[in-house]
Amino acid sequence: MAKKQLVRVKVNGRERQAEVEPRLLLVHFIREVLGLTGTHVGCDTSHCGACTVVLDGKTVKSCTMFTPQADGCELMTVEGLMQDGKLHPLQEGFKEEHGLQCGFCTPGMLMSSYALLQHNKKPSEEDIRWGISGNLCRCTGYQNIVKAVQYAAGKMELGGAK
Amino acid sequence: MQQTSPEIGGMGHSIKRKEDMRFIQGRGNYVDDVHLPGMVYGQMVRSPYAHARLKSVNTEKAKQLTGVLAVITGEDLAKANLAWMPTLYFDKQMVLATGKVLFQSQEVAFVVAEDRYTAADAAELVEVEYEELPVLVDPHKATDPASPILREDREEKSNHIFHWEVGDKSATDKAFQDAAVKANVHAVFQRCHPAPLETCGCVADFNSATGKLTIYMTSQAPHAHRTLFALVGGIPEQNIRVVSPDIGGGFGNKVPIYPGYVCAVVASLTLGRPVKWIETRSENLQSTGFARDYHMTAELAADRDGKIQALRVKTLADHGAFNAAAQPSKFPAGLFSICTGAYDYPNAFCEVDGVYTNKAPGGIAYRCSFRVTEAAYLIERAVDVLALDLKMDPVELRKKNFIRTDKFPYKSPLGWSFDSGNYEAAMNLALAKIGYAALRKEQEEKRRKGELMGLGVSSFVEIVGAGPAHTFDIAGIKMFDSAEIRVHPTGKAICRMGTKSQGQGHETTYAQIVAQELGIPAADVVVEEGDTDTAPYGLGTYASRSTPVSGAATAVAARKIREKAKKIAAHLLECSEEDLDWEPGKFFVKGAPSKSKSIQDIAFAAYTNIPEGLEAGLEAVDYYDPPNLTFPFGTYICVVDIDKGTGEVKVRRFVAVDDCGNVINPMIVDGQIHGGLTEGLAIAFMQQIDYDESGNVQGGSFMDYLLPTAVETPYWETDKTCTPSPHHPLGAKGVGESPNVGSPAAFVNAVVDALSHLGVRHIDMPITPWKVWNVLKEKGVVS
Repeated sequence: MAKKQLVRVKVNGRERQAEVEPRLLLVHFIREVLGLTGTHVGCDTSHCGACTVVLDGKTVKSCTMFTPQADGCELMTVEGLMQDGKLHPLQEGFKEEHGLQCGFCTPGMLMSSYALLQHNKKPSEEDIRWGISGNLCRCTGYQNIVKAVQYAAGKMELGGAK
Repeated sequence: MQQTSPEIGGMGHSIKRKEDMRFIQGRGNYVDDVHLPGMVYGQMVRSPYAHARLKSVNTEKAKQLTGVLAVITGEDLAKANLAWMPTLYFDKQMVLATGKVLFQSQEVAFVVAEDRYTAADAAELVEVEYEELPVLVDPHKATDPASPILREDREEKSNHIFHWEVGDKSATDKAFQDAAVKANVHAVFQRCHPAPLETCGCVADFNSATGKLTIYMTSQAPHAHRTLFALVGGIPEQNIRVVSPDIGGGFGNKVPIYPGYVCAVVASLTLGRPVKWIETRSENLQSTGFARDYHMTAELAADRDGKIQALRVKTLADHGAFNAAAQPSKFPAGLFSICTGAYDYPNAFCEVDGVYTNKAPGGIAYRCSFRVTEAAYLIERAVDVLALDLKMDPVELRKKNFIRTDKFPYKSPLGWSFDSGNYEAAMNLALAKIGYAALRKEQEEKRRKGELMGLGVSSFVEIVGAGPAHTFDIAGIKMFDSAEIRVHPTGKAICRMGTKSQGQGHETTYAQIVAQELGIPAADVVVEEGDTDTAPYGLGTYASRSTPVSGAATAVAARKIREKAKKIAAHLLECSEEDLDWEPGKFFVKGAPSKSKSIQDIAFAAYTNIPEGLEAGLEAVDYYDPPNLTFPFGTYICVVDIDKGTGEVKVRRFVAVDDCGNVINPMIVDGQIHGGLTEGLAIAFMQQIDYDESGNVQGGSFMDYLLPTAVETPYWETDKTCTPSPHHPLGAKGVGESPNVGSPAAFVNAVVDALSHLGVRHIDMPITPWKVWNVLKEKGVVS
């Protein structure tokens, strides 16, 4: 076993730190060290996107990073979407537009959509489809996920939410 | 059916899903989220070879690694008589290998360690010595004398598993002799894997103080699994609790019991600690229940005007190393005999032979009611080939042969009684929606310009919702299903079910059924499934059986409650029961609607003001045995354009008209159809678990087993007709699998239609650009 390393990460606005094995995958750090189980593991080849989180403003597949690589970074997971007890427009959109079924891909989808809307306030359908193309869903056929993101984009434009 | 208000939210309302709130916050509770004090981790050691003698398994180095608690081998399990376990279909399967391995990635040893990383390290340290044996990959060679006999454990020294036939062979042969036109197609429905986004896994937690074993597991059938653990493991059933938590998609993958579950249970019993086993995606694709792998030939006999007279089907089924099919015991080929389709003709004969090969075991129903997908695909392909031979439009040929509406209930030549149908109505709606005539014209013009465009039609019929119990059982357990409703004093309710949602939205739709029948708002009804200590016994969710069976049980249980509620209402209103009328939510005195008692008033009285002679409380349970199956249907039409340069097929439009009878929640039905069509698209164009000649799996990870993203997935246009089931209490039929059953033929028919003028009659799935490009090359379209 390699020597443990101290890692400091700001997670959903809160400073967290832990001593971890250098090989610990970021997704396992999030799920098992921090206890944030909203981030899921759906594959072992970085294809499915269920583990997607936002790291310093960009989406990463947290199964593809070692925890020490996130040292000093700001990390946002699905648990950080809700603000002041209110659902994020994306969360609302997924519910209103039936953008989820089994829910397993949903946290990753939400984070990819979140990052998309940070960079593109008025995405076209094609923009959205490309924006979530790193995330697999086996239940919805994506159509209602696209609608959910459109719902959120509309709502965020009106309300000025982030 | 009485309409309920949006506040009550009964049948037909697109109410938002109750389960969504936890999932959108990342607070679902999937099996890998279960974390228990003292929990340890299991890791499987798997065979790199498809067929090999197991010479030795050396666990010493692995056991010496710090943090390793146990390494279990097949020999260890053999001492407890657990090296083999029964499959769900009259066969047995090795839990951990003894003697030899029979497929690549077969389970050889199970390592348990304090954490996942140590367990994975230790698995690498298990030294296994193999001696390679000749490999059997091609099912067509299974019965060749030169092929190795795979299953040395069986008395019968043959790779042949079963022969099954149904229908009148001599009448069918005669019809073929007399036929003016005969068309045939050989179609392989390739080996696929359901690949739900969550893989399989469990946490087995044996409490040595209480003697209770709790297994949190990805199970579509928790009650049946509990019983099987009791029967096979010898653990008293009251001491087993199976909890199926939130399930990240199932699609049939989570119906069987896998070696990993058994090993985790054995490890927990041995160590007295909770043991978690979660398979990786590669393990999931390479070792758990595959689907299809049907090598089919269909022949149609017809008159010159296109009237079909007979169908003859011969099929070879590749079951891999163990027949781990999950299907009713009287049906070795499942409900494949629905292959006569939506058409009316007197003669049919169907035979299926199952064989062993050196591939992963299975034969599960991937989003389908036991081989219905294979059947629907075959007949819809065969009808298109017949149309081609007759130079007839495939729509015209279908319409000529549809079972007419006045013929229902319709007795099919292979013995099924179709409950209801109006096939032409669904077809006509689909044709109008897509603008069929104009598209055919466009196709003609395009062909003149040398462009490739095709139209594919599929008019499928399903057979779902098993029971009835007299015909259907799984491993001996009859295929009824159940619902238990308890109404609380304040008029709110809890409803517990024998089924288990994997994303279908049961927490919402069953609540809507209660709302419909009792007038209690769906928002006030909690639905619970998956905990065998609390839910009534049931066979689980697969084969589109939740709405047809447990949905019916919910309605019947609610009606039992309403009967009692009526007695209480009569007591409260001081009238006789005959004087009362019902509307959703209240009983009122006939002719005096202001004199009424709401279901909430009645519920309160059931605990506070009970009429003499009546038991307290307001609850009921129903174990529903359906009188027949249900037969959902629809017409799908697909338009494709083919890029001549690359062979890429682009789905330009897809119209799906479904008829699943009365609908509980239109929003959820639409969502089910979107998802099923996307899986159909994946099967038609991408998904395949293939093997090379050495038995190496070629689709063993998401690198090679392709799934569509949002970019490849087209926009789905959906619509519906409504032909209620005459025997279901709510007139519903079930829908989850229709789009996956009906769509592969629509995609393939469209591609073949685009190329038919070049002499193409059939292309096997998955239709990759490479395959199409080769066809174009062969036909001289590209050089």
